[in-house]
Formats: sequence, structure tokens, C-alpha cells
Amino acid sequence: MTPTSFSPTGIRFEKIDKRYGGLYALRRVSLEIVPGECVALAGRNGSGKTTLLRIAARLARPSAGAVSFLNGRGESGGTPAAGFVAHATMVYDELTAEENLLLFARLQGIAEPTARAEALLTEVGLLERRNSLVRTFSRGMRQRVAIARALLNEPAVILFDEPATGLDPQGVSWFAQTLKGLRDSCRTILMSVHGESEVSSLATRAIRLDAGSVVADTQTGANFRSILAFANA
Amino acid sequence: MALLSNTAVLLGKELRTEFRSRELLTTTVVFILTIVVLFSFTFDPSVSESRRFGPGLLWLAFLFAASLMLQPCFLREQTNDTLSALRLSVGDPFAIFFAKLAANTLFLLFTQVLLLPVFSVLYNVPILAAFPQLVLVMFMGSLGLSVTGTALSAISAQARMRELLLPLLLLPLLTPVLIASTEATAALLVPNPLMRWDWLGFLLAFDVVFLTALWLFGEYLLEE
Repeated sequence: MTPTSFSPTGIRFEKIDKRYGGLYALRRVSLEIVPGECVALAGRNGSGKTTLLRIAARLARPSAGAVSFLNGRGESGGTPAAGFVAHATMVYDELTAEENLLLFARLQGIAEPTARAEALLTEVGLLERRNSLVRTFSRGMRQRVAIARALLNEPAVILFDEPATGLDPQGVSWFAQTLKGLRDSCRTILMSVHGESEVSSLATRAIRLDAGSVVADTQTGANFRSILAFANA
Repeated sequence: MALLSNTAVLLGKELRTEFRSRELLTTTVVFILTIVVLFSFTFDPSVSESRRFGPGLLWLAFLFAASLMLQPCFLREQTNDTLSALRLSVGDPFAIFFAKLAANTLFLLFTQVLLLPVFSVLYNVPILAAFPQLVLVMFMGSLGLSVTGTALSAISAQARMRELLLPLLLLPLLTPVLIASTEATAALLVPNPLMRWDWLGFLLAFDVVFLTALWLFGEYLLEE
């Protein structure tokens, strides 16, 4: 990844509840993710992983509780740039890869959007296909455009929602390399995963959600693998 | 300034994707043409009859065309969850609405300007004498349809029975716009065309009220 200028940022979830009608998607979730941590969120379908990520991205409001971002000294304040890669690609099929990046770069007020788009297309290996419509891309290529879009504003925090789903083994390897680069550049990463994989093994901490609550939270160690493996069950 | 620059960027995207896919324009133009041609052959109206019910027929056709056009307006942002990407990127969420309603108004106005000569020929109603005034009425009416329709499209896109919900909400709300537009159009199709400023003022007031409401509450319509 290109050397970047961003302030290390953590995330604090305080007693987060999220209800859809009478149904709790999240229940009293309290977590603190320190700057530079790479966290894997595991859990069965419907356990609340996506909801937690969307709340962190400020795409959904919690029904109760608060989410705040922490600076390097652990103080909360401001809303830093956060990149979000969902299972859906969040890019337009009817635009080319470059047009998509230019669109979002201009919306975000990025200086020299063309140069930034070109640099990211090079990083994700799509420079030669820059003028191709995204609808002509494979799932893996679309995911590359999605990652490039999320990195446009050089985010300190990156949220991935099942980023490797639908990728072939080659695509998963590419994504794991990209993730490793992002992790090593001290970005804070929160990603939902399904079971143990090349991607989830890059995490430095694993959290398991069940029915909207945190039921396990561990750093690397023996328990780490069991948390990820359990999610696959 | 950020609102205007974001709106301009998003309007450019709306126009680019539409002219690339021609999804909305083709549907609406074909739909409106079919209605106008069909009624012309079915009723074979005299000039006075055309002047009497022609404006109503025109605006009814525009209404149905608008509901066809407005339905996918936010729905297609859900295909790849691009609405979330837009929400994460723009400073003011009103820019998303502003761009969409500007695009919808332009598309609707384009189909109307395309249709007016066809209507004039088939119904034997001269329109050249009051063409600029007609375009102004069409613009104000289209803006009314678009402002209301864009807001309701955002609401209905997140609902379950979305195909049913949009027309159900849209038709009663748009009745005042349709009455005002029809009356203003009718006054311009008579032998001595007259600009009905009272109806135009009503349309302006309607547009301003709904635009302000959208500006104030639009952010909540985009939330999950």
C-alpha cells in the first residue's frame, strides 16, 4: 500500500443496542478497539456482525449506546475518515472502474482525484481495465474496485464485511496480501469473517458475537482459533 | 459550496448512467407516446374537445410516466448498496436528493418537450404561440412531481411492498400539482393563450414547501 498520512484511530462501542421493531440485532455491546488493531468479528449468520460494522461506519444509528473514535492517546473525539467494504460492492455497474473512483473521490473532496484514482487502480491491479465497465468484471475484480473506493480518502479505520465471500482462492490470496499491507501500515481494521481462513488468520484479535451479544473476545492464542472455528460450525 | 459541487458531481453521474443504459427515458417516452396516440385514435377529438380534455390527458400521461421513472430512482442504488457509499462520501445528504430530483425533472421535461409537438399534431392544437410559457408550466409541474416523487421513492425503496407503496403515496399527494398544472396548461392551449400566474404561483409554493421539507428531513429518509 502507498505510504499515507493518517492519525492512528481506535473505536469504542459503549453499551450498543440495536433493535429492529422488537428484535434485538445487538444487545449491550461494549468493545474498545485500540489504534492499529486488526479485529476479526466471528459469529453465525444473524449474530449482529454486519449491524455492528454499519454502526461503526455511521450508516446505522444505535437504538441505545454510543460509538466514538479514539485518537492515539485513547481520547475520544471527531469522526475520522473510515473506509467501508461491504459484501455488496458499493460501486456502479454502469460506470467504469476509473469513473467510479473519480465519482467518489470528487464527492469526498480529494485533491487531484485523477492521480489518486490512478494510484489506487495500480495498487489493486486494475489499471489496464480502468476504462471497462464494472458490470463486465468478475466478482474478484469488483471487490478490488470496492477496496480501492474504500481507500480513496486514506482512512485510518477500515471496516470489512465478509470481504472474502465469493472470491476464488486466487482472489482470497490477493485480498489477504492487501489486508496484510493495510494491517502493517497501522490502520485499525474491523472485519467480519466466516470461520478460519487465510484472511481471518491475519487478525490480531478475535471477537465472537452470538444473538447480538459479545460471547468471546481474545487476542492471539489457543482460544483465538477456537473462536473463529466455532463461527464455522 | 460543498452541497452544490456534490450535487453537480452526482447529477453528472445520474445523466451518465441514464444515457448509457437509457432505461428510464426509453420507458417513459414509449409509454407517453402510446397513451397520446391511443387516445387520439380512440376518441378522434375535435379541436374544441382536444382543448378541453387534452391538458388533463397530457398531465395524466406525465403522472404515470413520472411514477414509472421515479420507482427505480432509489431502488437501483440498492442493487450494489451504492446508497451507502454515497452516504459515506457526501458532506450533506441533501446533495443526493438534489441531484436525483434535478435529474428526474430534466428527464421528465425532456419527454414532455418531445411529446408536445406530437400532441399538437395528433390533437390539432397549436402550441407555438405559447410554447415558452408551456415549457415554464411543464417545468414547474415536473419539479412538483419530482420533488414529491423523489422523497417518496427514498421511503418506498426501503419498504417491503415497494412497487405498490410508491403510487399509493404519490397519487393523492400529487393531486394539487396535477390540478394546477392542468389548469395552467389549459389556459395556454386556447386561441388567445393566457398565462395563469395564480396556478403558477401555487405550483411555485408547492415546490418550495416540499423542497424545504426535503432539505430539512431528507437525511432521515436515507437512514436504515
